[in-house]
Amino acid sequence: MKPESGNGRPETPGEAPSLKIVFVGHVDHGKSTLIGRILTETGSLPDGKLESLRKSCATRGQAFEYAFVLDALSEEQEQNITIDTTQIQFRSARRNYVIIDAPGHQEFLKNMITGAASADAAVVVIAADEGVREQSRRHGQLLSLLGLREVIVAVNKMDLAAFAEDRFRKIESEYTAFLQSLGLRARAFVPMSASGGENVVTDGRSAMPWFGGDNLLETLDKAEGPGSVAQLPLRFPIQDVYRVENRRIFAGRIESGTIRIGDQLIFSPHNKTARVAAIERWAAPATESACAGESIGITLNDHIFIERGHIASHANDAPAESNRVHARIFWIGREPLVAGAGFRLKLVTQDVECQVVTVENVVDAATLDSTSTGRSELRTNEVGEVTLQTRGPLVFDDHDRIPNLGRFVLVDGPHLVGGGIISGAVYTTRKRIKSENIFWNESDITAARRAARNGHRGAVVWLTGLSGAGKSTIAAALEKELFQRSMHTYVLDGDNLRHGLNSNLGFTPEDRAENIRRVSEVAKLMADAGTVVITSFISPYRIDRRLAREIALQAGAEFVEIFVSAPLAVCEERDPKGLYEKARSGLLKGFTGIDAPYEPPEDPEIVVHTHEQSPQESIGLILDDLLPRLRLK
Amino acid sequence: MIGNNSHLDALESQSIFILREANHGFKSLAMPWSMGKDSNVLLWLALKAFFGRIPFPLLHIDTTYEFPEMLEFRDWAVAQYGIRLIVKINTEARARGIGYETHDPVTVTHELKTVALKQAIAEHGWDALITGIRRDEDATRAKERYFSPRGTDSEWNYKDQPPQFWGQFVTGNTPGEHVRVQPLLDWAEVDIWRYIQREKIPIPSLYFARDGKRFRSLGCHPITHPIASNASTIEEIIAELEATRTSERAGRAQDHHEPHAMQKLRARGFM
Repeated sequence: MKPESGNGRPETPGEAPSLKIVFVGHVDHGKSTLIGRILTETGSLPDGKLESLRKSCATRGQAFEYAFVLDALSEEQEQNITIDTTQIQFRSARRNYVIIDAPGHQEFLKNMITGAASADAAVVVIAADEGVREQSRRHGQLLSLLGLREVIVAVNKMDLAAFAEDRFRKIESEYTAFLQSLGLRARAFVPMSASGGENVVTDGRSAMPWFGGDNLLETLDKAEGPGSVAQLPLRFPIQDVYRVENRRIFAGRIESGTIRIGDQLIFSPHNKTARVAAIERWAAPATESACAGESIGITLNDHIFIERGHIASHANDAPAESNRVHARIFWIGREPLVAGAGFRLKLVTQDVECQVVTVENVVDAATLDSTSTGRSELRTNEVGEVTLQTRGPLVFDDHDRIPNLGRFVLVDGPHLVGGGIISGAVYTTRKRIKSENIFWNESDITAARRAARNGHRGAVVWLTGLSGAGKSTIAAALEKELFQRSMHTYVLDGDNLRHGLNSNLGFTPEDRAENIRRVSEVAKLMADAGTVVITSFISPYRIDRRLAREIALQAGAEFVEIFVSAPLAVCEERDPKGLYEKARSGLLKGFTGIDAPYEPPEDPEIVVHTHEQSPQESIGLILDDLLPRLRLK
Repeated sequence: MIGNNSHLDALESQSIFILREANHGFKSLAMPWSMGKDSNVLLWLALKAFFGRIPFPLLHIDTTYEFPEMLEFRDWAVAQYGIRLIVKINTEARARGIGYETHDPVTVTHELKTVALKQAIAEHGWDALITGIRRDEDATRAKERYFSPRGTDSEWNYKDQPPQFWGQFVTGNTPGEHVRVQPLLDWAEVDIWRYIQREKIPIPSLYFARDGKRFRSLGCHPITHPIASNASTIEEIIAELEATRTSERAGRAQDHHEPHAMQKLRARGFM
């Protein structure tokens, strides 16, 4: 008998999407048994399955266990360990479920990730007799990293703890505190016994009269499915381009938002724009729009070059774009991950080369403590933070805002070696940046051809730092070093721009931003022409420097941010132009460091400390990093 | 994570996504096609994914024990959809006298299907095959991935499968290996029928009851048995499925020839 829904209307599987749930927890805490129990009691097994399993156990003189329902492969029954994720469906009174059985053994972590990454909700199984163990915590941490927010804790094997309330409450308070440290909160803790069946699908009050909450199935029925992503900003990553009967169809799956005929789309990177002419489907009625989750095609009104990896959005809310990102990752590669390692980074349909710049905050697998390790390498199955530098621009969103655009995988040859989430950093939206629809015309003489003739690539070397930190000194010395190497180089600074190109700009916040924007555009053009442009501006705001980076990347130019760092007191003492003195006396308003903020770079390519290093040392450091980037590929 | 789509819409979109990823990711691929219901749903989804023009060939492994109705359907569909079809028969095994008249079903299935498939892969040098297997068909298929690498002898190392998440599939394989791409993995039998109903997908007549019997799953005629049924329309088949709790492949003899037969067949390259 299949259960009917509460309001008497039978659920039709053709209608509502099912809820995907993953079962995780320490080995032998009873995940498979719990699943076997649920399948059996919801009447979800084919006829004769239970009987044949009981019979096969009897033949081998083995006691029947509910876990055998899942463990269909012969090896599994011999080892009594679940090997891989399985997906099995069952129905409750409220809806359909797909259960993903995630294995508990440590070496099977990659399988658990495979399962848990596609789940809408997770059940963490903790055995009452053993309590919270290493994998109970590790799996909780992974759920948090995979972006799962709907967590239910099944305190199993209560029969082995004499159904005692104090045992349950102790686990509840311990694991609640742990989840809290990850920013997670469980929907409920349910005391139960999978082997006896109390509080799984049936009432457990006779065994645990002290527990007034719902049983596990009732708790699951209250869990929330995935939130609608149709209301989020449009993200339509191009998967492929097909030519069908003289139409160029741009195919892909809408990751978020809604797309309509006539919409003006902007394609990141490169900011090309075009209007949607039609939404294409085969053997389906024509529609005016398509929304998140649909695999469709579109045709455009304008002829522009678009290929796989481009991401369409609406111009007023485009994704972020950078060649440097900070992310939390889990590492499943066989060799440790260290700075300098190179991979392919895949984010929706983008596939770019990347290099690991730094590895930080490595979480110790056993203690789950990130402060104690101090290691700068990630070992197999560990979690940590990295800064990645991509070759060419990467288009993304903050994971907290648009999850599908904020997560990526790392690939090494034929192996998937890690997954990561980009969140929490200062990635602002690009409303202002992308509001102007600029077309980038590429001439026949490409940047590559210019580079080949010059013997080096063009680049924007962006110096930022307080007034008096030493930017001008560094810029001049760097220019000299490059020039002596027969390289094309030029310094852009306030002196040569403020008097000419930017002579109509003052020092209001708007004018300052416009100043930096013009500098960025000029630097881009010069870099495109093959020059190594060194810019020397305080450029105190991250958003402006991010804009400069994007503008450079649009032209395919290398962008290197150098933080020229010195404490304010040191700069003020140097005061080469007497500006600090004027600012302190009130003659100069809005001076960076005195009455206007300076936002230090979060992730600069290079940092030099001019109060600790000589100019020669600083230049040496910069050249070590810069010269390899300028080499021809 | 998807929007307000129905269950079938979500399955359809996921399958189309996988088909397009496969077509982009592999140099040379083919889609085995048995003309069965799942195979025809897969064909339909490929037509959708590529807007009516499938960029790779379909492959029919002809065991020479095909139902005449299936061959008739095959020729009709090839003309109807403009399919590029490759037909492969293991003539060498037939010449050796391998057949259901003289051999057990596991041996015959292995020779005429699995070996024939391997021969076709070797002849054409495909690096990926798109198959229509579903997780709910059989316990061993429950362990499958959307992209599943197979070794040089098509064997499936189900204990050490690559991780797969967030819609990212790794497509680089080493020479001699091929990848099984499985876009229907998440579909249940009833989903297949509801989709055939919704989309009005043509399927062979053998699935509909005649004289109180119909085929629920189709293979070689000597080892495929009809079930007792009066379901002569798709609506009746769906109603029948919702009431039944016997497994779909119960009428396929090779699965039940010996314990773990399916697991053994599949580890050696059977689909």
